[in-house]
Amino acid sequence: MNLEGKQQIWKDYQKEIADDKYYYARSCIRQTFFPGSEWAYLDILGNKLGKTVLDDPRHTTCTGIGYHSDVVPIETIMTVVARHFALMTEAGFENMTPSCITSFGIYTEILHTWETHPETEEKTREFLWKATKREFQKPKNLAHTSDIIYKFRNEIAAQKKYSLRDVHSGRPLQIVDHIGCHYAKMFPDKGIGGAEFPAVLSGMVTAWGGQSVDYPERRHCCGFGFRNYLIMANRGFSVANSKKKFESMQPYEPDFIITNCPGCAMFLDKWQYTISEMEGTTYGKNGYGIPVLTYEEAAALVLGYDPWEIGLQMHQVSVEPLLEKMGIDYDPEAKYKNIKGEDMGQPACPTYLKV
Amino acid sequence: MNIWGFSISEARVINYDKNDKSIAAQLSKEVPDSNLCIGCGGCSATCTAGNLTDFNIRKLQMSIKRGETTEAARELHKCMLCGKCLTVCPRGVDTRKMILTLHKLLHN
Repeated sequence: MNLEGKQQIWKDYQKEIADDKYYYARSCIRQTFFPGSEWAYLDILGNKLGKTVLDDPRHTTCTGIGYHSDVVPIETIMTVVARHFALMTEAGFENMTPSCITSFGIYTEILHTWETHPETEEKTREFLWKATKREFQKPKNLAHTSDIIYKFRNEIAAQKKYSLRDVHSGRPLQIVDHIGCHYAKMFPDKGIGGAEFPAVLSGMVTAWGGQSVDYPERRHCCGFGFRNYLIMANRGFSVANSKKKFESMQPYEPDFIITNCPGCAMFLDKWQYTISEMEGTTYGKNGYGIPVLTYEEAAALVLGYDPWEIGLQMHQVSVEPLLEKMGIDYDPEAKYKNIKGEDMGQPACPTYLKV
Repeated sequence: MNIWGFSISEARVINYDKNDKSIAAQLSKEVPDSNLCIGCGGCSATCTAGNLTDFNIRKLQMSIKRGETTEAARELHKCMLCGKCLTVCPRGVDTRKMILTLHKLLHN
């Protein structure tokens, strides 16, 4: 293909991402299961990249889980989101950056609905005023936090202390990515690479020395899907989706999975334990699982953060084999110690999955 | 004992390349009006056997067309040949003849 033409086409798959001054919206799942991940993001942006980010304590859930489970009506979620925009406006920010893929999808969907059905926006403004006496401006720029890290991937690479390479053999780490469905499958033009050519995570890992693997089920859902998981009877369907992905990526012997969705990170990590207990199957080498990292954790490891400081002990699948491959110096004794050096206790050992 | 309350669902895959569609081809030859089926499900709605068991004629003919004959053979005996389905079919498919032909093809 004509390179110029190719670059022209690729332009259609890019999105505008603000340079600085981000209003940060935390994720319910990420801050609960991987709290170090969000801390690492804020620290990287503030202290390594010198950006301004407001982590607003008044911010709440977007209620996306309730909305997708049919317990929160659209008028309610629109008003909750309008309140978020009002908080952003009051703080003097214009760039909204949610940490959660579901929230990103929700904000995108609502802004699109307001554009195509202006009467719903008017109604929402009225609801918000009646409930809180607040008014809001719509964000000038909406980007997921993985878009921000993608934008500054080369700046992070310039400061890196470790590469995504096996220090023993020198080979680039084989990395499989998983992009949350609500990132670009609903509104493809809002994601880098759209839904067809997911580049937001592969772009990062390539910039940091790794090699992205385009495995067959790369675009398949992790199986979370809210109502698939919330009802116990449906969880068999949920885990089956993750299993399909693990079976698809296993032949490529990936060194780790990178995800940008909090729910996907949790499920791809914890379902490996569930599958091992149910069927005795593990997907990594020598009885280990395939480590799952969020893009913030991957960036933090590359920048030389301590693995326990960014909360990697919160993961079900052991990350030590990966740390050893990357040549990261870590203290195995400190894994289950808190910031004061006190013992936090250890989780029970799985039957089959090696940790 | 399953401590989880759920188990891993099996993948539901229809393999059109590997499935045996010879029964469907033969049925189409012997009962040509079976090709007229639009899958409306009127037959299943009126089915006496379907009211008492999980028998479903619409699903049965769909399985045959997909070449999933094992499941169809297992289901077939639940039909009581009452013929109510025949009277409601908007396309005039001779469903009773279809069932009897399938009996012959699947069990011989």
